Order: sequence, then C-alpha cells, then structure tokens
Amino acid sequence: MRQRDPDALLKHVQAAERAAARGTLKVFLGYASGVGKSFRMFDEARRRHDRGQDVVVAAVQPTMSVDVAEIVSVLESIPAKVIEGIPLIDTDAVIARRPQLCVVDGLAYDNPPGSPRSKRYLDVEVLLGAGINVIASLNLEYIDEQQAFVRGVTGTAPAESVPQEFIDRADEVVIVDAPPEAATNAQAQQLSQLRQRALLLTADVVDRQLEAYLELHGVRQTWGTQERIAVCMTPRANATAMLASGRRNADRFHGELFAIYVSQPNLTPDDRSALARNVTLARAQQAHVDILEGKDPIGAILAYARTNGITQLFVGHNLRKGWRTRLTGSLLDRLIAEAEGLDVRVFPH
Amino acid sequence: MTGVAPRGRLKVFLGYAAGVGKTYQMLTEAQDLHAHGVDVVIGYFEPHGRAETIAMTEGLESVPRKTIEYRGATFEEMDTDAILDRRPHVAVVDEFPHTNVPGSLRAKRYEDVHALLDAGIDVFTTMNVQHLESLNDQIWQSTGVRVRETIPDWVLKQADEVVMVDLTPRALLNRLERGVVYPSERARLALQNFFREPTLVALRELAMRQTAHAAESRHQDEVRHTASAEGIALRADERLLLMIDPTPASAALIRRGRRVADYLQAECLAVYVTRSADLRGLTPEQRESVDRQLNFARGLRIESRILDGEDVAQALVTFARLHAVTQIFVTRHEESRVAALLKRGLVQRIVNLAYDMQVTIVANRSERGGT
Repeated sequence: MRQRDPDALLKHVQAAERAAARGTLKVFLGYASGVGKSFRMFDEARRRHDRGQDVVVAAVQPTMSVDVAEIVSVLESIPAKVIEGIPLIDTDAVIARRPQLCVVDGLAYDNPPGSPRSKRYLDVEVLLGAGINVIASLNLEYIDEQQAFVRGVTGTAPAESVPQEFIDRADEVVIVDAPPEAATNAQAQQLSQLRQRALLLTADVVDRQLEAYLELHGVRQTWGTQERIAVCMTPRANATAMLASGRRNADRFHGELFAIYVSQPNLTPDDRSALARNVTLARAQQAHVDILEGKDPIGAILAYARTNGITQLFVGHNLRKGWRTRLTGSLLDRLIAEAEGLDVRVFPH
Repeated sequence: MTGVAPRGRLKVFLGYAAGVGKTYQMLTEAQDLHAHGVDVVIGYFEPHGRAETIAMTEGLESVPRKTIEYRGATFEEMDTDAILDRRPHVAVVDEFPHTNVPGSLRAKRYEDVHALLDAGIDVFTTMNVQHLESLNDQIWQSTGVRVRETIPDWVLKQADEVVMVDLTPRALLNRLERGVVYPSERARLALQNFFREPTLVALRELAMRQTAHAAESRHQDEVRHTASAEGIALRADERLLLMIDPTPASAALIRRGRRVADYLQAECLAVYVTRSADLRGLTPEQRESVDRQLNFARGLRIESRILDGEDVAQALVTFARLHAVTQIFVTRHEESRVAALLKRGLVQRIVNLAYDMQVTIVANRSERGGT
C-alpha cells in the first residue's frame, strides 16, 4: 500500500465519483489466440442476458468458433459498419440503444481511415463515457508496452495495439488461462513465457486495484501479495552486493526493488560521494530510490517500510558500527527488534 | 510402482475461493476428453448443491465412494483402490487438500492422488491458493483464518500443469449473493470471513503469482533437465539454513524459508542446535515441539537434523560454513521479556559470527485481525 499526498487522494476520490456515472470496463485477457477468451466473454454475456440484463453485441471477430457463434445468435447485435473491408463499431447506434452491457470482441482493432476515432479502444472509451458497461477481449500481444517482450519471445508482434494504461484503468481484468497446447517443445516454451507474462501483468493490475481499494477505504494493512525489497544504503555499506542481490531476489519473486537512505548531517566528503555512487548504482538496478528525512533513522526506515508495503529489508552488517549510537544500543539491534512484520536480512560487510 | 506404467500426469485447477469455477472448468475439460474417446472417470466430486456443476458430470462414469465408520459416524471418502482396479486413463479428483477421516489408509487426499499417479493414471484436481503450506502464515495474518488443510509446496511443484481458474471478486460476490455458491445462511457467514472484497482481491493476486511461478519453475526444471542430459551440472547457487527452536514461531520460519528457497531455487536445510544431543536440557513439551518442527520441515522436504554444541551460535555458524550456506534464517519471536533479551543476544551473536554470510531475521507473521 502506497501513501499518496492529499491532492492525489482527492483526485482519486473525485475519479471514483466520476466513475459512478461512467460505464464499467471488464477485459478478458489471454496470452495467445485459442485460449478461449472470446468464449469466456460471450459465455458471461449470455449468462447476464439470461439473468435479465440488457445485452448487445457491438463487435465480433471475422471468424467465430461454433460455441461463440451459437451464443452470438441468441444475443441482440448492432452490427459493425464495414468500411474498405475494416469493421467499425457503430457507436452512435449503441449509444442510442443504451444497453446495460455492450460486448466488444477484439479490442485492439484499428478503425478504417476517416473514422471519427482511429482506434477501437477509443470508441469503447466513448461508450464508457456514455455510461454503457463494456466487456471486451484482448490478447497480450496487442498491449503496446508488451509488444517488445512478445517480439523477443516469438519474433513477431501485431501492428495494432492498445496502450497498457487503458488496461490498467479497466474496472476488472480476467485472465483466461489455459495450459499451452503446442506442437513443438520450442513453441511450448514460448507460450509458457507469454503465459507467465500475462499472469504477472494481471497480478500487477490486481495489486494496484487492491492498493487503491485499501487507500480509498482507509485500510492500513500490508498483504504482502507481492514481495517488495528495500535496500538500506549507508555510506559504508557494501551497497553493490546488496543491490545486486536485491535485484536478483526481486526478479525471482517478480517483486519490486526499493533503495533508501536516511539523510544525515555532518557527512564527510568521502561519505557523500560514496552515497552518490550508491544512488547511481541503485538507479542502474532499477530500484525506486528515496531519501528519508528524520532524526531517528530506524523510525524513518520502518515508517517507510510500512507505507510502501515492504516485505524484506536488506541492511548492511556495518549498520552496527556506522553511526554513533553508544547510548541507544546498536542501530541494527534496534532495527531487528522493531521491524515487526518484516524480514530483515543482514548482509556481510 | 509396477515398473511398467509411466507415472500419470497431474493437472491442478488453481483458484482463490470457493465458487470461482474450479470444479466446473475441470469437469468441462473432462467432458471434452470423454467426447474425444478418452477413458475418464470421476474419482471424487463434491457437488456443493451447485446445479450447473452437477450438470457437468452428466455422462461421466463415477467410481462410488467408500464409507468409513469413525466414532459412530459414517464418512465418505474417495475409493482409491476401486479407481486403481478400474484403471481409467484420467481420474477427476476434487479438493486436493482434503484430509481423510482417521482410519483411512492414507491421511491426505494428495497421497491418494499420488497412488493413482504412481499407477500411471492421469489426475485432474482442484485447490485454492490459500491451502498452500508456505502461504499459511501470510493468509492467517491477512484474513485471521488459519487454514488447516494444507498442501506442501513440493506437491504442487510436482504438478505437470497448473491452470488458474479466474473470476473477478465482484463476479464471485454476485454469485454468492445469488446463492449460487452456498445456500443463503452459509453465504452470509462466508461474506463475513474470506469473502470480503479486499481479501478476495489479495488472494486472487496470490493465485496469479503462484500460477506464474509454477509455469516458471516448470520451465526451469526443463532447462535443468536438458542441461544434465548434456552432462552439465547446474548447482544451486544459494543454500539456506533454517534455525529451528522450540517456539511456535519456528513453523512460520520453516514455511517462509521453504518459500524463499523455492523462489531462489536454493537448497534448504534446517537444524535444531542443542547443548546435548539427547535433548536432555529440554522439558518434555519442548522436546515434543522440536520433534514436531523437525518433522514438519521434513514433510516440506527440508533436510533437518539436530546439532549439538556447547555454544549454540558458534555451532550453528560452523555448521553453516561447513555446508556452504549462504543465508541463515532465524526467528525473532519472543515469548517473554527475559526470553526476548536472551534471544536478542543470540541473534546478535549469530549476526556477528556469520560475518561472511547473510542472516535473515524472519518476520513474525501473526494475525493482525483482517481488515
């Protein structure tokens, strides 16, 4: 759970209020074609229709499986307009019809030239703005920010795309997970990588939603669903090893890496340049770097850990000797004693 | 093992709560195989009175359950022997983490499943992520629920496929309110416990990460397998040593250590260090507790032993160095102020002595009372 400043929180609440008038978006995300996204989505549309919701289909794929076609035949459709062979959702007709739920199969389409909006997801945005709920389907390879990864794995990625931010803002994302069915071993490995990515991406979306929910409801609780590692840097700590290990651990856990230090007065020029070097190292390891203020370094570190949902704190062994603490006992001992709910990992010097 | 049949394949349908559709999806796939002429039987199915799920069993053969008498009551369990006699290609077995009634041949359903797999029968099964042993403390801390029926992580790790069955929490809560998941009174109670939205959201996230982790370790196993086939020995680059003590916090230490070791692909050892090898210095309760912890660790496939040494910290660190340990795990749990001071002294000494390795003081992940 991240703490945001009051302005951000206010914006968040206002966004929540606006959202009341806005339609909700639910995305069915698959990691490859053939995992059954469309079926899952249409199956839900059918169920909602059976429960009495007013459901309309606004876009279908050019080829449908028998199962999907069967469901589509039962539901009301507002056919897409076809311009130069490219389908375009009839947004005006859908808005005039005002259904409770609109089904859009294939979120990433480019609209035909000369359309009011260049992309289908922008049309969906218009529907949502008009207060219409939308369920839509999408494959990993169509998310803009994921395309470099997909290309790295499979060698290719489609030309059309939807920005990640659009998925992040969806009210709900469902992962349609099926085991990879592949002809060859190499193919299976590729599919497995795409599948992992889709699962983790959805988990991240869910994690942000959890944070937003907890924040909105004023709940202060750390769930530890995602490992978050914070490396405490002091001028004399072996920051290189700690950051490298932090990075490696964060990667293995698919978690996040943070690097922090408590600013102290009266640092020697050597200490100051050591810290500057450490910050550079931390940035190179793609850590979120934060400088903490406060007379009580342990208190500052633990407060930071709590607001940022840190699960593991990495500290250097020399924290024992680093600061003048004869009166209060060693800082490391205090940190260990007070770091309730956190793993503290002490690194050799 | 007959030595003839290759081991069956295990497929786990992983969810995050009752009612997300695990059994439904499992049966859908079973029906699909059946339609393609595969010999599928239902070994165990828990209907929970859900009409749509029950309809999915239509046309599939079921092996009748076995009844077991226990303390004057009659219980029904999966009839593993009957399934073994029937020898299907695939057996569908609901509720993987189930504990069998005392008096059953095997204590746990996953052990029954292993018997089926050993006989070359493929098994489809279902479980929720909160039943994973290594997540037990985290779930307790976050929900206040101590899950009793757990699956050791290595059991899930052995699965050939783990598939995430996803439903959004909102959809699940709707289903619950409509009485699809439980009859209404149970639904009301369920809503008060596990079925709160943030809880469901968090569990769902855990299930996704766990599924991704399962896919990843499968992939890495294959890489390792290929490497060893080519004569390349891939050594684990980390080795964890868990220091067990007689306090209940040790169970949390063992679970956490197991989880970290799995993610880091590290080896994992556990020791209890005592001044006398025959545990003379311990009260009978402490002795029993140590035995329980050591057995618990062994059940999670952690090599565990008792170590004797006059100086506990020194003995631990010497053992660690001898076994090329890279990281020592210790608890920070304290029962009393005096114990706290003594324990703090011990942790300090370990940290000081183990200057050449990492020492992790494991969080006390105790219940904080949900939201």
